Amino acid sequence: MKNFTYYRPTTAEQAVALLEARFGNTEMLAGGTDLLSLQKDYIAQPARVVSLNGIAGLNTITIGQRSVTIGAGVTLAAIAGHVQLSRLFPALASAAGEIGGPQIRNMGTLGGNLCQRNRCWYFRDEHSPCLLRGGNRCSAIEGENKYHAIFTANHRCVIASPSTLATGLIALGASAEILGPQNRRRTVELAKFYRAPAAANEREHTLAANELITSVTIPVRGLTNAAYEVRQKQSSDWPIVQCAVAFSAGRNGEKATGVRIVLSHVAPTPMIAEAAGRAVENRAITAVAATAAGRAAAEGAKPLSQNGYKVRLVEVAVKRALMIAAGLPRYWEA
Amino acid sequence: MNDQETPSTSPSRRDFLYGTGAAAAATAVTGLAVAETPAAEVQPAGATPASGPGALKVTLNVNGREVQANLEPRVTLLDALRNYLDVTGCKRVCDRATCGACTVTLDGKVVYACTVLAIEAQGKQIRTAESLFNEGKPDAVPAAFVRADAQQCGFCTPGFVVAMKTVLQDNPQATPAQIEKGLQGNICRCGTYEQMRDAIYALCNQKRT
Repeated sequence: MKNFTYYRPTTAEQAVALLEARFGNTEMLAGGTDLLSLQKDYIAQPARVVSLNGIAGLNTITIGQRSVTIGAGVTLAAIAGHVQLSRLFPALASAAGEIGGPQIRNMGTLGGNLCQRNRCWYFRDEHSPCLLRGGNRCSAIEGENKYHAIFTANHRCVIASPSTLATGLIALGASAEILGPQNRRRTVELAKFYRAPAAANEREHTLAANELITSVTIPVRGLTNAAYEVRQKQSSDWPIVQCAVAFSAGRNGEKATGVRIVLSHVAPTPMIAEAAGRAVENRAITAVAATAAGRAAAEGAKPLSQNGYKVRLVEVAVKRALMIAAGLPRYWEA
Repeated sequence: MNDQETPSTSPSRRDFLYGTGAAAAATAVTGLAVAETPAAEVQPAGATPASGPGALKVTLNVNGREVQANLEPRVTLLDALRNYLDVTGCKRVCDRATCGACTVTLDGKVVYACTVLAIEAQGKQIRTAESLFNEGKPDAVPAAFVRADAQQCGFCTPGFVVAMKTVLQDNPQATPAQIEKGLQGNICRCGTYEQMRDAIYALCNQKRT
């Protein structure tokens, strides 16, 4: 790891004042579960590290009548273990409980989960050409790509979006509060927070290098919601495909409305599967309807040489997420 | 991460050449010698103080004892414990927050010591596998491991016992399934999971069926 100068500001404003307009020379440190590994592999080589762990007020959860605000520094374990969050937003809390293992959940934070770098092994190998590290080509398109994106149209970089909390938060209509230089504050819907990067100095999100997420706000609308992950292992890994769903009503045979179905790990950004949402909009959620939504979600996929299997997993993930949300029997559990 | 790296407090050849070039240019323009400026950034008044990149005094509370070491900011808690403080129970295996051999507790919560900066662990109670031995006597968890022969090479064991002890401390009535969930972040490459299950059932006073 390249050595660095370490800063530990005590307010978010002080932290932002230490950031720079370009990514790379200064990095923010929260749980460190992503940054330290990137530094050890010389993918991140910051000369300055700004710790966010001395900032009071980034780790509170506020449950209001109309909205819930979660500080960016709240740990994944705190989200997973929060009784009210689990009741209101199972799509978020269950996903938080599935991340890594207990150590990762004690260390990792909400903000870090949303802003983590992608898991592409070429990106994380300093010797492989990679567009995101200034290379002139993507090694994954012609290389080993079984875990990469399957919605690849118009993408030069085929990473799979890594966050499993963004998926549920987008389905629930959550927004990020962002603090920038000169105390400028802005609020961005998480549905518009992500971008597909294709060059060095581009990240997987639209946060500027000198901005900081301070909290995430989720509207309380009484939405039925759930998330489902298709995994290779029971723990310590990212899912292969993840789906989160949210809708009004839709339980006990009622028709579901305002259906939002979000996919992750299948494209460079989390993806709202609009066709899938339309497939069950204003319909009762049944196994048959959920299957139709899954088929609709997989339409338009253009898998790479090794990941055609993920197309079918999209169908499965959408179907099961809808069935969990609707309270239908989990036929896949023995 | 390479332990043998040259500390970056000493200027690199590149930095040295840049520095002398700038100084020579300044001398040529002003005709005056330029005083050497320190590498540390100039801090405006009231700004957040900078630590490093050189070594600084770090105070850690390890198994109830206050200890100090001179560490660069990049030194992880694991390397501080093993290489500077001779607390070698926690092991360096993957060094990438995956395998769990480096598991310690910070304020009672399990973390991967390989992925916490030592400088960030200041002011917290650090507990390692060594804390599970008192006066040469093993705690119930490592004792159950011994009885069940729940190890082969033993390298993962300190991490496993710390993780298992933490589950039981948080919930003395934990079921075998709950204990196993608490071990999700640890890997045994020898595959002694079955013997570990024996140890878990013994700790829960349950018979394995």
